[in-house]
Formats: sequence, structure tokens, C-alpha cells
Amino acid sequence: MTGNDTRLNDIWIKASPWVFTIALFALWEAVVLIFKIPPFFLPPPTAIAQAFVDYSGPILRNSWITFYATMIGFAMAVGFGLLLGLVVGWSRAIYAGLYPLMIGFNAIPKVAVVPILVLWFGIGFIPAVLTAFLISFFPIVVNVATGLATIEPEMEDVLKALGASKLDIMRKVGIPRTLPYFFGSLKIAITLAFVGTVISESVASNYGIGNLMLQAQAQFQVPLIFAGLIVLAIEGILMYLAMALLERRMTRWAQRSGFGQN
Amino acid sequence: MTGFVSLDGVSHAYGGGTGTLAVEGLTMSVEPGEFAAVVGPSGCGKSTLMKLATGLQFPFKGTVTVAGAKVAAPVKIAGMAFQAPTLLPWRTTLENLLLPLEIVQPHRRELPRKRAEYEARAKNLLTSVGLRDQGDKYPWELSGGMQQRTSLCRALIHEPQLLMLDEPFGALDAFTREELWCVIRDLHAMRKITVVLVTHDLREAVFLADRVFVMSARPGRIIVERRIELPRPRDLDVTFTPEFQDIVHELRGHIVKARQ
Ligand SMILES: Nc1ncnc2c1ncn2[C@@H]1O[C@H](COP(=O)(O)OP(=O)(O)OP(=O)(O)O)[C@@H](O)[C@H]1O
Ligand SMILES: [Mg+2]
Repeated sequence: MTGNDTRLNDIWIKASPWVFTIALFALWEAVVLIFKIPPFFLPPPTAIAQAFVDYSGPILRNSWITFYATMIGFAMAVGFGLLLGLVVGWSRAIYAGLYPLMIGFNAIPKVAVVPILVLWFGIGFIPAVLTAFLISFFPIVVNVATGLATIEPEMEDVLKALGASKLDIMRKVGIPRTLPYFFGSLKIAITLAFVGTVISESVASNYGIGNLMLQAQAQFQVPLIFAGLIVLAIEGILMYLAMALLERRMTRWAQRSGFGQN
Repeated sequence: MTGFVSLDGVSHAYGGGTGTLAVEGLTMSVEPGEFAAVVGPSGCGKSTLMKLATGLQFPFKGTVTVAGAKVAAPVKIAGMAFQAPTLLPWRTTLENLLLPLEIVQPHRRELPRKRAEYEARAKNLLTSVGLRDQGDKYPWELSGGMQQRTSLCRALIHEPQLLMLDEPFGALDAFTREELWCVIRDLHAMRKITVVLVTHDLREAVFLADRVFVMSARPGRIIVERRIELPRPRDLDVTFTPEFQDIVHELRGHIVKARQ
């Protein structure tokens, strides 16, 4: 390949996410037009755009509430998940004891927990935050614990034969090697956190995108429902990108050394 | 027994004594400053022997003493190196070398104050194994042989009295391996430390060791102890002499018998 070709190729790779997104919406519009699909069944992107204009106030306000609740729940999940992950990864006994419990907890559909949260905290903001938290801490715990539990036994032997304590081994080896796992899990956790918030909002809240979509459905404003979906997608993508960027910055050594890829 | 490292009638089974025996009635003793090599069939308990001698595992029968004291906890005076270099990928070569100094006293206390001094020591050590000016590279920027050299340096940086090597050259090509034999030979001669080397390579054992211990198949114990009288310093040329070859053949015979 010549230098010119490579550059063209690079530009194409940079542009292709936009190209594909625009192509998807164009196709969508075309399908709706050609097959004369009624807008209350599947509204065309132009109708959704119109809904964005007409309801810009409520959409902005509610998407901010959803975002805010998600970020608080996510922050709690990071703090708690990191802590629990360190505890679980610390010893084999704790790992063995807590693992089945956590699997069981993770298997519970979080929508089933919302009524209990409502019972305790009433409807609104707090159940949304807590659902986001409950749904997103699990991958963080598992990743952190895995990072600690997979220290090479030989590395541990080298340090123990030098007289290193368990704490020394964690500080010098366990925690640094866990960071790539931790930052990797944030990408998964943040998208789950949005799911949690919206579940709770659509079951038990008067605010947020989840609630907005529920009301739009009741009033048969189908373009507004889709506008809500698109807002969620955008927020999800932005936060995912932020986490991916954070991961890249914090764990350069892991990417360059190919750590965890073998 | 009076050795620097002594195992006396040691039996060990993994899994709290319920599993099958890894070693049984293992008795051996290594003198201070001696270079001992341990050879034996695969799975016979050589790595287990190393763990017992460094207090990483404890026998259910028999006693292990190191430097005159009964081993009841990890020994703290040993440098170890394995077949895999086990370097930390987030640390440069130099930072990897400093790791033991962050653990072992009195270095641990003095490292913040005397960092420059310790770094100079680490650089000298790197130079002595042919890794001059490679200290700022990350392990994954080094070849396998260079990583293994770094791993050896890490085992030596805190000037341990005891060096435990478990097949450290197993993954290397023949030329690099022979080069590192000479590195280890010189380090041993210079520092007068006690070395226990586990290897599959009989030429390696005979070239480096003062005494070669041959282990039986699992559960392992020492079946032959062979003193190597070849004069020191030994040159690689010695490996082509008939005397050398005879010893290698003799040991091979023991191992073949041990495997049956
Ligand atoms: N962590 C462990 N848990 C349970 N069994 C083990 C463990 N490590 C070793 N063993 C068993 O103990 C026996 C001796 O193992 P060891 O690793 O000491 O052999 P080895 O002589 O070093 O073998 P090789 O030459 O292949 O390295 C083997 O049968 C092995 O299955
Ligand atoms: Mg072994």
C-alpha cells in the first residue's frame, strides 16, 4: 500500500462511524416512505427530529435527571464495587464464600427489586439511583476480584521468599495488575447503570427519560418515545466513550504490553 | 546436620497431607557457598523441594533448616528465579530490579533516602549480565533471554545468601542458555553465595554444580549424590572433554533408572 492509500484508509476508518449512522437513519426514512408505514407504528427519523424540536424543554430536563441519577448510582457502584472486589479477591476463603451469593444476587432481575426500593424510599429519584447502583456494581466486583485472584503464583512465591506480607503483595502486585480489569469493567458498568435508572423511572418515578417515554406511550406520541430512546443511546455512547478514554489513559502499559490478551 | 540448607527425612503432600505424596523421606544438605544442582524425572518433586527449602510449603514429616534455623515461615533471605521471568509489566527493568529492595529490610527503610545509590547498584548488576543501558525499557520490550537475565538480577539485587533457581534457563535457546551459565558461574564465584539449581539439562548441572543430586520418580527422594570434581573456574570448553561427557552419561543412566 502506498502512503496515500494508507492515509485515505485512515480517513475512511475515522469517518465510518458517522457514515454508518447516517446511512442507518437514511435507510430507516426510506423504508418508512417506501412501504408507507404509519408513523404511529414506526415514525420516520424526520418525525422524531420534529419531536425533539417540539418537546426540547421536557426532553432536556428529563435527560438531565436521568443522567444525574445514573452518575450518582454509577459512582456508588464504583466505590462499593472496588471495595467489595478487593475484599473478595483478598482471600480464597472470602472468594469461595461470597461468590455464590453474588451470582445469586446478580441473577435477580433488578426490575423485581424496584417495588422493594419504592416501599423503603418512596417513588422518584432515590429508587432510580439505587437501581442503577445495584445493576452496575457486579461487573466491577467480579473484575477487581479476578485481577487479584489471578496473580501468578510464582510472582507471589518470589515476593514471599523475600519476606513480603500479604499487604505488600497486594500493594506491589495485586492492585496495579487489577487496574486494567477495573477500568475495563467501567465501560460495562456505565451502560448497565443507564439501564437500571430507566427501568426504575418507568416503573416508579415522575421524572426522567423512562417516565417521559411511559407518558408519551400513554398519549400515543410515538415519535416522542423514539426521541427518548435516542437520547438514551446518545448518553450511553458518550459515557461509554468517556470510560474507554479513561481506561486508555490509566492503563497504557497494559495495552502496550498486551496484558490479559493471552 | 550442619548444611546451610538441610532437608531431613522430609515428606510432603499438597492439599493438607491428604493428597498423594509429592516427596517422601527426602534428605539432602547443601554446604554454605556450595552450588548444588537437582535433577530428576518430570513431576518428581523438584519444584516442591524448592518450596520446602524456602518455607513456601511445610512438610508434614521431617525438618527443614536454613542458615541454622528451623523453617517455619518463608525464609526472607532467598532470591528466587523461575522458568518464567515473572517481571511486572507496568515497571521498567530498573524498577523491576528495585522491587526486592522495597520489601527486604534494611533496604526497605533506606530506599527512599538512598535511591540513587540503589539505582547505581541495579545498573551495575544489569551491566554485569550484559544489559547495560536497558534499565528504562519495559519487560515486554526485551527479548526472552533479556527478561530472564533481568529476572536473575532481581533474584540477586538484595545480595541474598541463598539463590534458588527453578529451571531458569529452560525456555531459552542453546546459545543464550550457555551465555547465562557463564553469568551464573561468575556471580557464584564472585559472591560466594549458596545456589540450588533445578534443571532438566544434565550438561547444565554438571557444568555449574559442585554436587548434583538425582531424584527418584514421584514421590521424590534423593537416590544419587554426585560430586563434580572438575576444577574451577570452568570454561565452556570443559563441556566437550571426555571427563565431562562421562559424568553426564553416568547421571543420565541414573535418571533413566529413576523413571522406571
Ligand atoms: N500446587 C499444587 N497442588 C497440588 N499438587 C501439586 C502442586 N504442585 C505440584 N503438585 C504435585 O506434586 C508433584 C511434584 O510436583 P513438582 O512441581 O514439585 O514437580 P517437578 O519435579 O518440579 O516437575 P517438573 O520437572 O515438571 O517441573 C506432582 O505430581 C504435582 O502434580
Ligand atoms: Mg518444576
